[in-house]
Amino acid sequence: MPNDTPLIKVEGLEACYGKVAALGGISFEVREGQIVTLLGSNGAGKSTTLRAISGLLAPSAGRVFFCGEEITKMPPHEIVKRGLAHLPEGRHIFKDLTVLENLELGSYTLKDNNERKRRLNRVFERFPILSKRMKQAGGTLSGGEQQMLAIGRGLMASPKLLLMDEPSMGIAPLIVRDITNIIKTLHDDGTTILLVEQNAKMALGLADYGYVLDTGSIVLEGVGSELLKDEKVVKAYLGG
Amino acid sequence: MFSAWELILQQLVNGLILGSFYALVALGYSMVYGIIKLLNFAHGDIYMTGAFICLSVYGAVSGVLPGWTGIAVSVLAAMAVSGLLGFLAQKFAYRPLLSAPRLSLLITAIGVSLVISNTVMVITKSQPLFFTSGLDNSLGIKFGSITVTYIQIIMLAVSAILMISLTLFINRTMMGKAMRAIALDQDTCALVGINVNKIIGLTFVLGSALAAIAGGMACVYYGNVQYNMGYMIGIKAFTAAVIGGIGSVPGAMLGGILLGLLEALGTQFLGSSWKDVFAFGLLILILILRPNGLLGRSEIERM
Ligand SMILES: Nc1ncnc2c1ncn2[C@@H]1O[C@H](COP(=O)(O)OP(=O)(O)OP(=O)(O)O)[C@@H](O)[C@H]1O
Ligand SMILES: [Mg+2]
Repeated sequence: MPNDTPLIKVEGLEACYGKVAALGGISFEVREGQIVTLLGSNGAGKSTTLRAISGLLAPSAGRVFFCGEEITKMPPHEIVKRGLAHLPEGRHIFKDLTVLENLELGSYTLKDNNERKRRLNRVFERFPILSKRMKQAGGTLSGGEQQMLAIGRGLMASPKLLLMDEPSMGIAPLIVRDITNIIKTLHDDGTTILLVEQNAKMALGLADYGYVLDTGSIVLEGVGSELLKDEKVVKAYLGG
Repeated sequence: MFSAWELILQQLVNGLILGSFYALVALGYSMVYGIIKLLNFAHGDIYMTGAFICLSVYGAVSGVLPGWTGIAVSVLAAMAVSGLLGFLAQKFAYRPLLSAPRLSLLITAIGVSLVISNTVMVITKSQPLFFTSGLDNSLGIKFGSITVTYIQIIMLAVSAILMISLTLFINRTMMGKAMRAIALDQDTCALVGINVNKIIGLTFVLGSALAAIAGGMACVYYGNVQYNMGYMIGIKAFTAAVIGGIGSVPGAMLGGILLGLLEALGTQFLGSSWKDVFAFGLLILILILRPNGLLGRSEIERM
């Protein structure tokens, strides 16, 4: 892959639910090693964008490229195999399965059991609490622990790109700081991240670049630290 | 005359055998319900197809392969045909309706049931077919004046091995874990890389193959096959699945065995005309006391 190929490139992406349009043709890209954030209020189309990228939702128009390869019409399980992990909004832990089973399923496409064990150990090093709760049903964890499990499960795929949908949702401010630090370390370890957030302050503090989505269109974009100073963003998303 | 404990032993064996039939059929019912919330009313007919194929194949091969070898080959053939049939029903009748209201799916299952049973009805001209295994049904282990036959022992052993293997499969293998995960959240399964349709297909194949083994055992045990034999066992297996907690694999096993034992003991002490009253009375009682079945989980969700 030549260096100037973005890790993910979205071109004119449109999506609808029945007759209701949710995305009106958006384009953006994420380069290797970046954290890029997608901001917007409720119903702006952030989750829809991620669902259309990861294959859960068939876009009605537009194209998505991952590492230069078109993935627009691929089923989600094929897209994961290529190194793109989508952590859906609301964590979606398999609640009757144990913490260990949840993590193992994160590496479902992997055939090599030794490699699975290595990845498990890395996740347990990162989140020691998960190794303590290994045999417990996922649904019995606290909200913050479930978020760590969701991230851990995503990491089990050893993804090149992580799509994170509101990892701070429903989590106490103190734990949000933990999550922020986790995202930072993931980034330092070389994972590229597309971060969807309503918590614009947190997201822009982390991100290299940001896009602001409003009713299915990108209305603003720019370098993270600059968006943070932008009057419109401050007004709309930071309660300024 | 038989002593009281001999009668009870006899009915325990009968009940375990009957219970194994119910459990093997209930497993497919329950797994399919767990994974796509479909009451697969065609499942009893898959069992009947298994019995029918087993009988037909044994008729053809028993000259060269008499006894258990021929029966094993016939059961394997029955598993293959029933497994394929279950897979095709899933792929062409159910899958296109997965996002439709559940009632459409239910009606489709009744349709699939009628297509299968009527096809066999036409082939067999509505006549019962008889199965002669050539096995000696008097050999066995004696307990007083009761004989537990080798046929019964082998059937119980096969059922036990199947249930243990299935339990290991769903708990220890990645595919088994995927199966349990799909019952909880299909979209998230797709996101971790599970080919959801493939696992649903596999569930149908597995459930159908287990039903076919029960069908094959019914050939050997009862000695006859009829196009409508799937109807009653379908209802009983459904009952067993609900008693155990529909969607639960250990529940289907427990429910099946329990139902079989109760029917056998009910027949002994109340007479055979009361055994269904007994079975369905139990169903109602358990549903009053434990609406989710013995091993079912409550649907109260933690958000
Ligand atoms: N399953 C669905 N069926 C119908 N409409 C939907 C569905 N999911 C989302 N929508 C609609 O699509 C639009 C975009 O929704 P989306 O979930 O992408 O918003 P979002 O930006 O992620 O919002 P939030 O911050 O609340 O998660 C909304 O108007 C929403 O009502
Ligand atoms: Mg959302």
